Amino acid sequence: MLSSLATVLFDGFAYGMLLFLLSVGLSVTLGMMNFVNLAHCSFAMVGGYATVTLVNSFGWPFLASLPIAFIVAALVSILLERTLYKRLYRASDLDQCLLTIGIVFVSVAAFAWLYTSEQQSARPPEWLRGRIDLFGVNFAAYRLFLIVFGLAVTGLLILLLERTRFGAKVRAAVDNQRMARGLGIDVDRAFMLTFALGGGLAGLGGALAIEVVGLDPSFALAYLVYVLIVVAVGGLGSIGGSFAAAVVLGISDMAGKYYFPWLGAFLIYLVMVALLMWRPAGLFGKR
Amino acid sequence: MENANQHFREKVRWRWLEIAFWLCTLLPFVVTPNYLSLASQIAITALFALSLDLILGYAGIVSLGHAAFFGVGAYSAGLLAKHYWGEPLAGLLLAAIFSGVVGYAMSHIIVRFRHLALIMLTLGLGLLLHEAANSASGLTGGADGLQGVRVGTLFGFKFDMFGRTAYAYSLAVLFICFLVARRIIHSPFGLALRGIRENATRMPAIGAPSRAHLRKAYTIAAVIAGIAGALLTHTTSTVSLEVLSFQRSADVLVILILGGAGRLYGGIIGAIIYMVARDQFSGINPQYWYFWIGLLLVAVVMFLPNGILGGLARFFPRKT
Repeated sequence: MLSSLATVLFDGFAYGMLLFLLSVGLSVTLGMMNFVNLAHCSFAMVGGYATVTLVNSFGWPFLASLPIAFIVAALVSILLERTLYKRLYRASDLDQCLLTIGIVFVSVAAFAWLYTSEQQSARPPEWLRGRIDLFGVNFAAYRLFLIVFGLAVTGLLILLLERTRFGAKVRAAVDNQRMARGLGIDVDRAFMLTFALGGGLAGLGGALAIEVVGLDPSFALAYLVYVLIVVAVGGLGSIGGSFAAAVVLGISDMAGKYYFPWLGAFLIYLVMVALLMWRPAGLFGKR
Repeated sequence: MENANQHFREKVRWRWLEIAFWLCTLLPFVVTPNYLSLASQIAITALFALSLDLILGYAGIVSLGHAAFFGVGAYSAGLLAKHYWGEPLAGLLLAAIFSGVVGYAMSHIIVRFRHLALIMLTLGLGLLLHEAANSASGLTGGADGLQGVRVGTLFGFKFDMFGRTAYAYSLAVLFICFLVARRIIHSPFGLALRGIRENATRMPAIGAPSRAHLRKAYTIAAVIAGIAGALLTHTTSTVSLEVLSFQRSADVLVILILGGAGRLYGGIIGAIIYMVARDQFSGINPQYWYFWIGLLLVAVVMFLPNGILGGLARFFPRKT
């Protein structure tokens, strides 16, 4: 019982790290521009497929393909931001929703055409595939890697936002966009960079997710709900909030699958609706 | 006061173009008798889009989970026909009542929120219902769908494979619901809804309670969506889990936006174009079909913000 609890907590925490990587970019960009980007998981899919291609077709090692996944996803998000998103910053929620749903549809179909709709895999190196004994409990090495990686990224992000000039600009823009503009901060530029960073992190998350949940073209829709939950619960524009929300969601989802498998995804949706009704601005949200 | 009355009377007056349009809907009986089942699907989709138009186009409630009511209607009509009573009109009534009750209950939640929280709540509630229907496989048949729905005759006419009865039935229901929607839109209540869409905080100041109005509109839209769902059950004699899916909510949104939201005929025109196109391109894999739908959505948002009817209206300014 105790060891099963430890497994659930450990796996859930690793899963939470994945969800954090997938959603942190959306949280920050939503907080800055209030842009409803439902296509965020499509960027994750771009990163995932970049890794699949590099590993399977070009024989790259898995770890070396991760930075490329980040860069490709970031480039794609910059491209879309400059061509499409930019024009709709002041449009209604509905228009933003429709545009991004359109992008999701296009990406799902495009990847189904390019890679078929079957599950793809990209093998991580041998030393990440085994299991490690720690304090008498057996842990999957890959999940341990996910946790270490996720914590490292979180630390770097917090450093970037709290300690650098760029971070100060981003925080100012999240707090009060108009005031930040008034002070001479180039909010559009800061937003573009944040958007690229968020897209890149999503791409990284998509690449890391292959080993855990697999990758097929429906990824963009299937994980959208999870990402939205993290954002909604964590509150817009809050890295700490997203982190806490992702961990809680990861652990509760794992526990739900382990202890109440017959409920399926029902529990998660119920939690999301209840939390939104209780605190529409998120648990840690300021607005 | 006289001016206001005149305003509404002018709005309610039938135009020649409208009469001509509804006469054209009878053409499939004569011109394309082989496509009557497609025509009935179009009528059902148009009705569903009309119900979304009431809340999205007129009241400004963005919903990503409107299939919830379509599904409730489809399942209640299906279960009634399977277990108790095959007569379609009773199924319509039951579907309307059930979806109305669910809609009224949900409306209390929906009207409290705006923007992102609203979009996600509608999405979440829709997914919740979908998952609930999937889990309750004893009642709904789960992923296999509801089998063994036996629909009885309608005024002595059987639902046959040619779809004559199906189309006449769907078209008649669509027309009646359209009349109701038209009356609502051109009433002071409809005008108040549009006011709320533009500014929900100012409307109470001139005596229109925003939340009560939105609740009413939402419930009416749910009833109409439920009727559309029941029509689908009656004309196809089966209910699949797909009636509650996110895909259906997204499809109807696309249809309405394509035709033009906030216009009575927007949903109908959108449904005709969308369904005919999908039928023509049915040879291609549905996955690729969504590629074009996605591109179309992007294009409409970028270049045709008021849909096809909105684009046409720019070329033919109304003479008043």
